[in-house]
Amino acid sequence: MNSKEFIARRIAKELKDGDIVNLGIGLPTMVANYVPKDIEVTFQSENGFLGLGPAPEEGKEDKDLTNAGGQPVTMINGGCYFDSATSFAIIRGGHVDITVLGALQVDGHGNIANWMIPNKLIPGMGGAMDLVAGAKKVVVATEHCTKKGEPKILKECIYPLTGAKVVDFIVTELAYIAVTDKGLVLREIAPHVNIEEVINKTDADLIIPDDVKVMDV
Amino acid sequence: MNKIICYDEAVSKIKDGMSIMIGGFLGVGSPHGLINALVKKGVKDLTIISNDTSFPDIGIGKLVVNKQVKKVITSHIGTNKETGRQMSEGETEVLLVPQGTIAEQIRAAGAGLGGFLTPTGVGTIVEEGKQKMTIDGKEFLLELPLKADVALIAGSIVDKKGNVFYNKTTQNFNPIMAMGAETVIVEAEKIVDVGDIDPHLVMTPGEVVDYIVEGGK
Repeated sequence: MNSKEFIARRIAKELKDGDIVNLGIGLPTMVANYVPKDIEVTFQSENGFLGLGPAPEEGKEDKDLTNAGGQPVTMINGGCYFDSATSFAIIRGGHVDITVLGALQVDGHGNIANWMIPNKLIPGMGGAMDLVAGAKKVVVATEHCTKKGEPKILKECIYPLTGAKVVDFIVTELAYIAVTDKGLVLREIAPHVNIEEVINKTDADLIIPDDVKVMDV
Repeated sequence: MNKIICYDEAVSKIKDGMSIMIGGFLGVGSPHGLINALVKKGVKDLTIISNDTSFPDIGIGKLVVNKQVKKVITSHIGTNKETGRQMSEGETEVLLVPQGTIAEQIRAAGAGLGGFLTPTGVGTIVEEGKQKMTIDGKEFLLELPLKADVALIAGSIVDKKGNVFYNKTTQNFNPIMAMGAETVIVEAEKIVDVGDIDPHLVMTPGEVVDYIVEGGK
């Protein structure tokens, strides 16, 4: 299992029966592949529908039905379409139970930065700022360090924020970290990883409880 | 009253320096024929209001590549590197707005509202220069309505009076833009007689549509 699949599988276990879920593009999208069989969740797509289903079979793509990344998708039975104002009323209005987003940086206050790197890359925030402001639970799905091996979980985000004090927990290939009023708490570590390694690869201070569990995917 | 006009007549309504809302989400639900006609006509210094700037060779992206745009107000430019390049080089002004905020700004304009309070962007650079208000202990930003001279929208089925049905995810920004601009031009995939669309399925009332062009698939 690669690290992205591991992260997606762990987050999928957080979903509850009846949840409305919005998944960001990239790694977060993979969470949909591992929803526990005994629950039913509904995926929201911010371009305008509830009931996002899997990719269509080749040759069965519908030009009028795409996800927020512009790819052809399907809708499950019982889904519904709406315009962008309604889509974001659903998001801001607290009707989305959980959103999973990638991050460039996340910090000890629960701040997240994922929409621009100054002077380098400015794709824009799209719907991310609304999602972190409105979803009941905000989950960051990210590899623990950058490709260069630098920590992504910092004391303070350096890049411009997507949202301030909005993240509930962070899942990486090494750890499950909860954001609390006291700071970041290491709740779980991946199998075959020791706590020292997590601490070394994390710039933010971590609170280490006595009962750190092993991530079960 | 005949609202059906040809592409040439439609784009004759659009002059240099106008502000134009263009429907669509990464090109899905965009009025591609009208955009092509605008590219052909070569009107300049446009202010474009849209969810995104699509791809360089699709939809709104073509206007950017053809350097007809002075300013873009949008939530995402990541799929069109030319927009990013023109932004970095100072050739085109790009105002990035959270997707839910731009949708609601357009909706507010069409609904006669003087603005609205949103939690989106609090604690980020989006709040710069904006009035903040605390309601029930929670901080909000005051966002103002966003109007345009012209809205160019795409409808799946349009009757000769201008009543519009949008299929699946082509809806996105189209119905709100139809309310938020002085002049509204809809590109119809299919034009039908008045009465052929079940009134329950009309998503934009014909009364707000000024002109219809026949687009085809």
